[in-house]
Amino acid sequence: MVDIDLQDLTIREAHKALKAGEYSVRDLVDAYLANIEKDNKKGKGINAYLHLFTDIDERVEIAQKMFAEGSATELTGIPVGLKAIIAKKGQITNASSKILEHYKATYSATVVEKLEKQGVIFLGSTNTDEFAMGASTENSAFGVTKNPVDTSRIAGGSSGGSVAAVAANMCLVALGTDTGGSIREPASFCGVVGMRPTYGAVSRYGAMPMGSSFDQISPTAKTVEDVQIVFEAMRGTDDYDMTVLPEDTWQKDNTKDKYKIAIPRSLIDGSSDEVKAVFNSFVEKIRTEGYDVEDINIPILKEVLAIYYILIPAEVSSNLARYDGMRYGSKVDGDNLWDTYKKTRGQGFGDEVKRRIMLGTYVLSAGYADKYYEKALALREELKSELAKVYEKYDFILTPTAPVVAPKIGSMEGDPLTEYLMDIFTVTANTAQTCAISIPAKVCEGKLPVGVQFMSAQENDDALLDIAKKLGR
Amino acid sequence: MTKQEDKGIIGNKTGKVYYPTIGLEIHAEMKTQTKMFCRCKNDPFNSEPNTHICPVCTGQPGALPFVNKQAVKNVMRVGVALGSSLADFSEFDRKNYFYPDIPKAYQISQYQYPLVSGGSLVGVELERIHMEEDTATSIHKTNYSLVDFNRSSVPLMELVTMPVIHSADKAIEFARELQLLLRTLGVSDANLEKGEMRIEANISVSTNGHFDGDFSKLGTKTEVKNLNSFKVVGQAIDFEVARHIAILEGESDGELIQETRGWDENKQATFSQRSKETADDYRYFPDPDIPKYRFSDLPEFSVDVLKESLPELPWEKRERYKVAYGIKNEDIDFYLQNPKFGEIFDEAVNELSSDVEYKKLSNYISSDLAGLQKNEVGDLSNVVGTELAVIVQMINRGELSSRGAKDLLLEMYKNGGKAEQIANEKGLIQKSDPEELKRVIEQIILDNPKQVGEYKDGAEKLLQYFVGQGMKATKGSANPSILAELFREGLK
Repeated sequence: MVDIDLQDLTIREAHKALKAGEYSVRDLVDAYLANIEKDNKKGKGINAYLHLFTDIDERVEIAQKMFAEGSATELTGIPVGLKAIIAKKGQITNASSKILEHYKATYSATVVEKLEKQGVIFLGSTNTDEFAMGASTENSAFGVTKNPVDTSRIAGGSSGGSVAAVAANMCLVALGTDTGGSIREPASFCGVVGMRPTYGAVSRYGAMPMGSSFDQISPTAKTVEDVQIVFEAMRGTDDYDMTVLPEDTWQKDNTKDKYKIAIPRSLIDGSSDEVKAVFNSFVEKIRTEGYDVEDINIPILKEVLAIYYILIPAEVSSNLARYDGMRYGSKVDGDNLWDTYKKTRGQGFGDEVKRRIMLGTYVLSAGYADKYYEKALALREELKSELAKVYEKYDFILTPTAPVVAPKIGSMEGDPLTEYLMDIFTVTANTAQTCAISIPAKVCEGKLPVGVQFMSAQENDDALLDIAKKLGR
Repeated sequence: MTKQEDKGIIGNKTGKVYYPTIGLEIHAEMKTQTKMFCRCKNDPFNSEPNTHICPVCTGQPGALPFVNKQAVKNVMRVGVALGSSLADFSEFDRKNYFYPDIPKAYQISQYQYPLVSGGSLVGVELERIHMEEDTATSIHKTNYSLVDFNRSSVPLMELVTMPVIHSADKAIEFARELQLLLRTLGVSDANLEKGEMRIEANISVSTNGHFDGDFSKLGTKTEVKNLNSFKVVGQAIDFEVARHIAILEGESDGELIQETRGWDENKQATFSQRSKETADDYRYFPDPDIPKYRFSDLPEFSVDVLKESLPELPWEKRERYKVAYGIKNEDIDFYLQNPKFGEIFDEAVNELSSDVEYKKLSNYISSDLAGLQKNEVGDLSNVVGTELAVIVQMINRGELSSRGAKDLLLEMYKNGGKAEQIANEKGLIQKSDPEELKRVIEQIILDNPKQVGEYKDGAEKLLQYFVGQGMKATKGSANPSILAELFREGLK
């Protein structure tokens, strides 16, 4: 087998080597598969992948052919991890849920089609909190994903499998989704890059929804450049998703030499000392590099978690109602139709999913909707307009990505609120439907990774990637 | 019970006056190429089960709706035709409930912001018309059920009237006129038997007079569902009104509660399906998968553009037929219900110029031609309106007997062709030349000595017999009144 250094490999380097014939697509894919074989279920037991796809060989051949014919793009032959809630036709796409344990997708997500057209090789289905609900992958029905940096700790979630796969050299880049921080928080915990695009940048068709107005398919990789390449390949309008924003509304040429950055200081005070120390030294560093950084107060940010945990369960309760065992997925027969529904859903869903379905059903019920759902909707609009004001003066809002470093596995058991609080910095971008990115801050040897998050205005993704490239890897 | 139409119904026992109040909720499946939220063919009745399906309309994980603009346009066209106001802002909502025929476990519908509000039809005010998607079809067998998703997500409009109808007859009139409008606009086939149009009636009776906008004045309401013919609509309403009054009068046991009822065709009675107390909470909320509409930003949905797309509306057509041609109401209704015949009339009538001709034309179409379509093998498209006008003109000029006209029409219906040419070929031109007819008459007198004798002995009735023989001999081409005169002469 050809020896390929996967640790520092980027898409462009791999493309160069593939094009030059230094190694083949087969070699590259095998190098990643060897790592998966070594440490996914066995060895370190990272559990980044739930299972590998059955069409890898076929796809490798297609990619090789594209190189032979000269039709290869930068992404041809690149091995990619795919979060278990993104549909790939004919492959098990189970959302880490028992209710879909053996469900084979009947169609491919738009992003899967787009990337496969470019010759990408999807290696397998990556672990997630059940239906992306959680920040730890501990809510997966198929076991937690361990943090490759310290396997006694969680990789984070919900896209923990995708991010850990990248960090553990089990794929070059991976697709996750980000509904409240699901790509950024694990990226922070595992020391890689995770970008959540503006809502409507990327088609959601084929991504099992959690919160339809929050979800975005999101790339993770070791470098900002790789994240950008994947994002560019995925973005754009789609005849199967009406919520994708029309191309002509995007901000153009919005990158600058020096950016103005705001820090919502009071919100950050509650973070762990470890995180604060890394964050503060990061801020010092960019200040000395000449960035204009200012502490500001954005009072409404304190309310965002509350808004989020009303609107998300509301959408969840409706989005997950279709899993009833009637047309697909696991079914538990009962005495009659209603009994079958209850047993199927009662036994098919895990605790966190049930918790959110019940919360959401409650906040949408007659007599309560105006107290909770309607108010949260109104506050969401207020958040958007408050943030729009901030973004008139500043290019970015900067925070730590998460208030803590990766917790020990099992340390949050029976304590959903602690897990919800992990989203405190990330949920803002989702609730306001804006973009954000987490990049690793420089960490001393032997310490756990800490990510910093840049957030920006709607459709300002290019500038976001620009600053991330300048300050990250 | 004494029925006094709009003046209410007087109770037998108490003598109180009860006013029935009826509101209708009517669903109609929209006739579009594709379904409401996906690109599957909209053809729920003519295909093998589960052949027009895709990830979207079977509720696969991750599939998203994509709005069919034509369906939205069609509902708005109905609104424009009814003089309703069209929404500027509109959105789709999710109506959440569980059932195997609803694959997403929610129906995409509209709640707070319907596409259309207000307007009226046959004097009945409308509350709203909104857009939604149809469910799949459940087929229940003895110990299992099947679901056919061909109908899943077919575009559906729901029209709700105000509670301003007071009799079964008016309810039927409204429903019929709506059916006619939907067909005229080409937005729905609206067949009740196929479920393309579904009528639900909300019925209450009150002693407080007619509805004046104050809902508290109305009595307890029951909703009767699954009324699959106009006749049943009338029967169910009459039954419910009588049932309500009987309970209120104390003539029958039972309690009047707000509930949903069905119609039992065998018993000719309504029956309780479920009471409103246990009704579902649908947890409506705006569907986050569909952007909200601001129609003022979309020129193709402007009232002017939609108005231009409207054909002649039923009531406009009715008025035109009445004022311009003065034809019978039954004929007008016939043309409205059978637009192909209406088109033939319109085409023919342009060639004619007098009320007598219009009426004669209409008579030939609504009775003779309609009869041919019912009883003979042929094709209506063989009959060209302008040729029909020629037939009417030939009759008026005395060139064609009514018998000859019938034969000509039959030939035209079967094989097409030009009226004058057929008449000539078939020898249907009426013979009025006395010299020519004299020979025929002489022959008949020679051939029928017995009848001639009887006639001469005073059996004058036999004149008709001779005329009949004359018609036969001339294959109907003779003018019967001239024949009669010539026989009278010849038999003197």
